[in-house]
Amino acid sequence: MSSPLVEVQDLNVRFVTRESTAHAVNGVTFSVQPGEVLCILGESGSGKSVTLRALMRLLPANKARISGSIKVDGQDVLALDAAGLSRLRGGLVSMIFQEPMTALDPVYTIGDQIVETIRRHKGGTKAAARARALELLELVKIPSAAQRLDNYPHELSGGLRQRAMIAMALSCGPRLLLADEPTTALDATVQIQVLILLRKLQADLGMGTIFVTHDLGVASEIADRIAVMYAGRIIEEGPVADILANPLHPYTRGLMASTVHGQSRDRDIDAIPGSPPDLRQLPPGCAFAPRCAQASGDCLTAPPEPRYPAPGRMARCVQVSAKTPEFA
Amino acid sequence: MSNAMTLPQHPAKEQAAPKQRGYWGSVLYRLRYDPVTVFFGCVVLAIILAAIFAPVLAPFDPYKESIIGRLKPMGWKGHLLGTDELGRDLLSRLLYGGQVSLLMGVVPVAIATVIGGTLGVIGGFGGRRVNTAIMRTMDVFYAFPSVLLAVAISGAMGGGAANGMIALSMVFTPAMCRVAETATAQVKNLDFVEAARATGAGTLTILRYHILGNVLGPVFIYASSLVSVGILLASGLSFLGLGVKPPTADWGLMLSTLRQSIYINPAICALPGVAILIASVSFNLLSDGIRSAMDVRL
Repeated sequence: MSSPLVEVQDLNVRFVTRESTAHAVNGVTFSVQPGEVLCILGESGSGKSVTLRALMRLLPANKARISGSIKVDGQDVLALDAAGLSRLRGGLVSMIFQEPMTALDPVYTIGDQIVETIRRHKGGTKAAARARALELLELVKIPSAAQRLDNYPHELSGGLRQRAMIAMALSCGPRLLLADEPTTALDATVQIQVLILLRKLQADLGMGTIFVTHDLGVASEIADRIAVMYAGRIIEEGPVADILANPLHPYTRGLMASTVHGQSRDRDIDAIPGSPPDLRQLPPGCAFAPRCAQASGDCLTAPPEPRYPAPGRMARCVQVSAKTPEFA
Repeated sequence: MSNAMTLPQHPAKEQAAPKQRGYWGSVLYRLRYDPVTVFFGCVVLAIILAAIFAPVLAPFDPYKESIIGRLKPMGWKGHLLGTDELGRDLLSRLLYGGQVSLLMGVVPVAIATVIGGTLGVIGGFGGRRVNTAIMRTMDVFYAFPSVLLAVAISGAMGGGAANGMIALSMVFTPAMCRVAETATAQVKNLDFVEAARATGAGTLTILRYHILGNVLGPVFIYASSLVSVGILLASGLSFLGLGVKPPTADWGLMLSTLRQSIYINPAICALPGVAILIASVSFNLLSDGIRSAMDVRL
């Protein structure tokens, strides 16, 4: 296997304010191969978006304390200076945001914004950048692209706007694409179109992709591997099919039980009882233990170490190795 | 499934030309269908042209006095709008007075827009300390009623048109700064600024491209609405003897010197006031119309 495109080791992000310290990301370790799609799955506040922003150092420097190591394409992201960061962002790594309504500047046309991004990284004439922008809009399948180039964001529908956002993200040929719930704000039919488009572009351009979502359905559609986050930790990781077929961590199982799929109409959905822990006061043990039906005394003393029950699979739960000793 | 997205391969490239309008094109297009704005736009244009071409248009020398021809009614001996208390032709004086009044209305607003706008963007984009330093200083000025502040400053510096303009600039700067700061603070936390950062834009690019692009609109609109206030305040200063010095023709000053004659010929005495009213209202309504036409989101 070639060297990984992204290597994150023991990433910690804390948000420090005068009153309290929020432990948003706690010891996250993962890697992404070139051309691979890793889906980070988790509910609100689980630290998935923070992890993504840490990869590009987009977190406010005065509030966020980042430790650990982040390597993208061999570069140590945490050690980069301003110029290096500028080259990294948009050039090597680019990002798609959740809200296409607000992620495009309302006072410039789509074309202007893409041209601006292209020229920032590659220079060149306006005309050349505009030609490239047109190519990009065609690449993301925006109908009558030549006209759309001169449209303002408010003149486009949500789906088209998200496509324009993707075009902008792709404008400088990134090797790593970060997507922060890019389909959450879209309605279901548009959602699937954008997902298919993203999957296709990712495969065609050979980009490594980290896709953050809270939607298991979306994750199963696009991911090669899934990492499930809870309270700032990756609690389970593995190939998408394995995780969907055989979730190991009780939280993952709970997530799956709580999705809607062909239950009878009068049956309640099995929600996970309780709510996620306060990130300012994490419990000393497994963060999920207070909500976990199978929690025992061991769970409450220290966070469980990662266990590897099968090749490529990881789970942080004390029950895992006991349950599947044949893989261990 | 992905085949469902293949689109007709003959998009309307040929017919692309007709319906496309630039930003300013669409603003003009919307303005055309707003009769109130069009009307007051014409009035403003007429006022400005009248002031510029006062030397050509004025039927008499605005400074030529006449002992026998004082406070004559409209139409007396070719004096279309009558004469003032020193026998000078009122129409000529109103035309020339427009020059000073417009200048005193527009120049301070322009100065305040540049200074206040710059300070506001810096305050809104900078950190908490920079913001506090700039905005609290502005608040000190902001705390005074604008008329009082203008009177106090120009009173302290002595009268004259230049000092009046400086005083008015200082009056408008804090308000301008506040508008720019609010707009900047709103824009800087929007997703597209983070998106720009994510595509490698540095602070300067973000300021120049994204912040300025979004802040300029509200700042410009506010500035245009300030012009009418500027004309009013400038007239007020002149009325109080703190603006231009006699015998210079200025609407506020004319109103002040004519007011003693209000029982002799009230119609004539009211004319400079009417001019101030028309100019101020026209600028105000025009800026209102431009504001709604410029809002792309409507």
